[in-house]
Amino acid sequence: MSETMTGAEMVIRALQDQGVEHIFGYPGGAVLPIYDALFHQEQVRHVLVRHEQGAVHAAEGYARSSGKPGVVLVTSGPGATNAITGLADAMMDSIPLVCITGQVPTHLIGSDAFQECDTVGITRHCTKHNYLVKSIEDLPRVLHEAFYVAQNGRPGPVVVDLPKDIQFKTGTYARPLSNQHKTYRPTVKGDMNHIRAAIELMANAKRPVFYTGGGVINSGPHAATLLRELVKLTGFPITSTLMGLGAYPASDRQWLGMLGMHGTYEANLAMHECDVMINVGARFDDRITGRLDAFSPYSKRIHVDIDPSSINKTVKVDIPIVGDCAHVLEDMVRLWRQEAHRADKVELKEWWSKIEGWRARNCLAYKNSKETIKPQYAIERLYELTKDRAPYVTTEVGQHQMWAAQYFRFEDPNHWMTSGGHGTMGYGLPAAVGAQLAHPDSLVIDIAGEASIQMMLQEMSTALQYNLPIKVFILNNEYMGMVRQWQELLHGGRYSQSYSESLPDFVKLAEAYGAVGIRCEKPGDLDAKIMEMINVNRPVIFDCIVDKTENCFPMIPSGKAHNEMLLNDYLGETGTDIGSVIDEKGKMLV
Amino acid sequence: MLQMKTHYPDAHRVEPSNRHTLAVVVDNEPGVLARIAGLFSGRGYNIESLTVTETEHEAHISRITIVTTGTDSIIQQIKSQLERLVPVHRVVDLTLTGEAVERELCLVKVVGKGDHRVEAMRLASAFGARTLDATLTSFVYELTGTTEEVERFIKLMTAVGLVEVSRTGVAAMARGAEGIM
Repeated sequence: MSETMTGAEMVIRALQDQGVEHIFGYPGGAVLPIYDALFHQEQVRHVLVRHEQGAVHAAEGYARSSGKPGVVLVTSGPGATNAITGLADAMMDSIPLVCITGQVPTHLIGSDAFQECDTVGITRHCTKHNYLVKSIEDLPRVLHEAFYVAQNGRPGPVVVDLPKDIQFKTGTYARPLSNQHKTYRPTVKGDMNHIRAAIELMANAKRPVFYTGGGVINSGPHAATLLRELVKLTGFPITSTLMGLGAYPASDRQWLGMLGMHGTYEANLAMHECDVMINVGARFDDRITGRLDAFSPYSKRIHVDIDPSSINKTVKVDIPIVGDCAHVLEDMVRLWRQEAHRADKVELKEWWSKIEGWRARNCLAYKNSKETIKPQYAIERLYELTKDRAPYVTTEVGQHQMWAAQYFRFEDPNHWMTSGGHGTMGYGLPAAVGAQLAHPDSLVIDIAGEASIQMMLQEMSTALQYNLPIKVFILNNEYMGMVRQWQELLHGGRYSQSYSESLPDFVKLAEAYGAVGIRCEKPGDLDAKIMEMINVNRPVIFDCIVDKTENCFPMIPSGKAHNEMLLNDYLGETGTDIGSVIDEKGKMLV
Repeated sequence: MLQMKTHYPDAHRVEPSNRHTLAVVVDNEPGVLARIAGLFSGRGYNIESLTVTETEHEAHISRITIVTTGTDSIIQQIKSQLERLVPVHRVVDLTLTGEAVERELCLVKVVGKGDHRVEAMRLASAFGARTLDATLTSFVYELTGTTEEVERFIKLMTAVGLVEVSRTGVAAMARGAEGIM
């Protein structure tokens, strides 16, 4: 059924046809016709953010917590450039987004017109794909294709740049029979020969470990279910990257905790000592591998990834499997069952007893205090008091993010939203807005730092406008904590510009926005105040005053290998300056 | 603290670099060349030569020939990264498919009188270059050949009054009966 309508109406119709319920945006001159079309309908609900970067992060939080693509609508020029950080973030973490940007009319493109910028040029490197639509005939196809490209293969952000004259033009809209791009067909089904070889290798493993990542989450809840099945069938230990938390329940005995720079002792040593590594949907990021030439020296490696360019990029693998995690895991589970494979019980038992030995080091232990709130303790209590509600947790970037990853325990996928690859301070608050919109009746918490939160603080206003009862839980140590930690370790404790000077009074700030402000300074008050935060059905800023000098451990210093971790008792044990542990080459890697 | 050393090969060892010629079949849409050029600059890969023209007008398909150098793993990454671009249909490594036919075309302007002029004519005829333009003091020659032949021709012409060079870059095709389109 084709209909005649304007370009702006086509945009809204295409969103409706794609089943889009929420879009995040900010109006401006070059998108006014689309905002007018939006005004005439109720199916697509527009969420007005306070900054375009916030719109993109909110769409990311929405996408990651719901499994649906996030949609953004911003104007030309500054609207588009403000969105860049969010797009780059979504690109690094493979989040499916469609971002529609306004553009000056086609006859003015290239003339340095008011609020003109080369949006497709600027976003080329931080999007999976982008389009400049110069003809109304192309618009319906491009809009639907954008959704296909964003969600298929390795997901990512797609920009559709739409000049204002095209928005006014009238043309024929018909929903294409298929969204598919004419040639782009990512491989989703893994090569059976490779999968068979992988199963063979797993069946003969003596010291195996699963190393899983965000790809499992992106592949959908079914992938997480299959992963759990395979892990249970094999009896192998499992660790995950920051992006993959929740794919496997943290409460399970086979779970080793997160791996990498601030991962657990047992996870990192298992990676170091394993003889078979099964990487499912992770990309051997430098925060995971540490020193490459000493990374997992004894292992044969299986790598399941939908993006062929991730394979052999930094770490050579023995059995590459290009495909979607859920598809490949399904084949793996089936083959393992069919061929009635059993892991070598004796060897596996020995491997587990070794792992239990590492686990007994209790690497996440910390020295608690009765006077000051330890940040680790704050997260532990937050977890204990909220776990029954299966909360959605977002974070900003820094120490608080790592503590959240270590001490908050995730049982299910899509409940953990964090900026992993790009490491964007300011991500958490808008992401919480997005997650709360997708899950209006759930508890949504942004675990934040007092520095990060100030980067996208204006989105509190958005939370208020839409009655989103998000909880912003600030671990306030008056420092850009991770910067301070590195300055302590690498730069002789010269804390150059890392002190959070002139902080606002967060309680008053919350009240100024019309939210609830709560401050907690004593460990003894923490539980009651957290309960107060949870029980109020309004947005809350919780200013949790924590130990100013606590460092984030365990830690693999840059340029070091997995078996060269520093534990939190390191300084106490030896009295050595940690800075001296990291050589010059390592300093470059930070 | 554990200070265990491992005997894993050093990742920083220098691997040999090789020259590869890639044929990249793409949708001829606006920005496709910028995507490819940007991919090379953004990820720090080398481009020695890049040639592009639409080869199938009805289907709007262009063929890009890229000559690049890198270690085996970098070349593999280049191919994977190119294939990741949405408008890229296929990437064929002509260096791996066997000896490919490679040609480039160059235009050379030489200016001179007397012995230089005579020597330039002799060289041009020895290389089989065509004379496209001649005045009393100058020639414009056209030479088609391998990159090495073109390089040699230019080097020799430099000695006899070369003033300007224009080169197309490499066009390449695999030998044999099989096509890649």
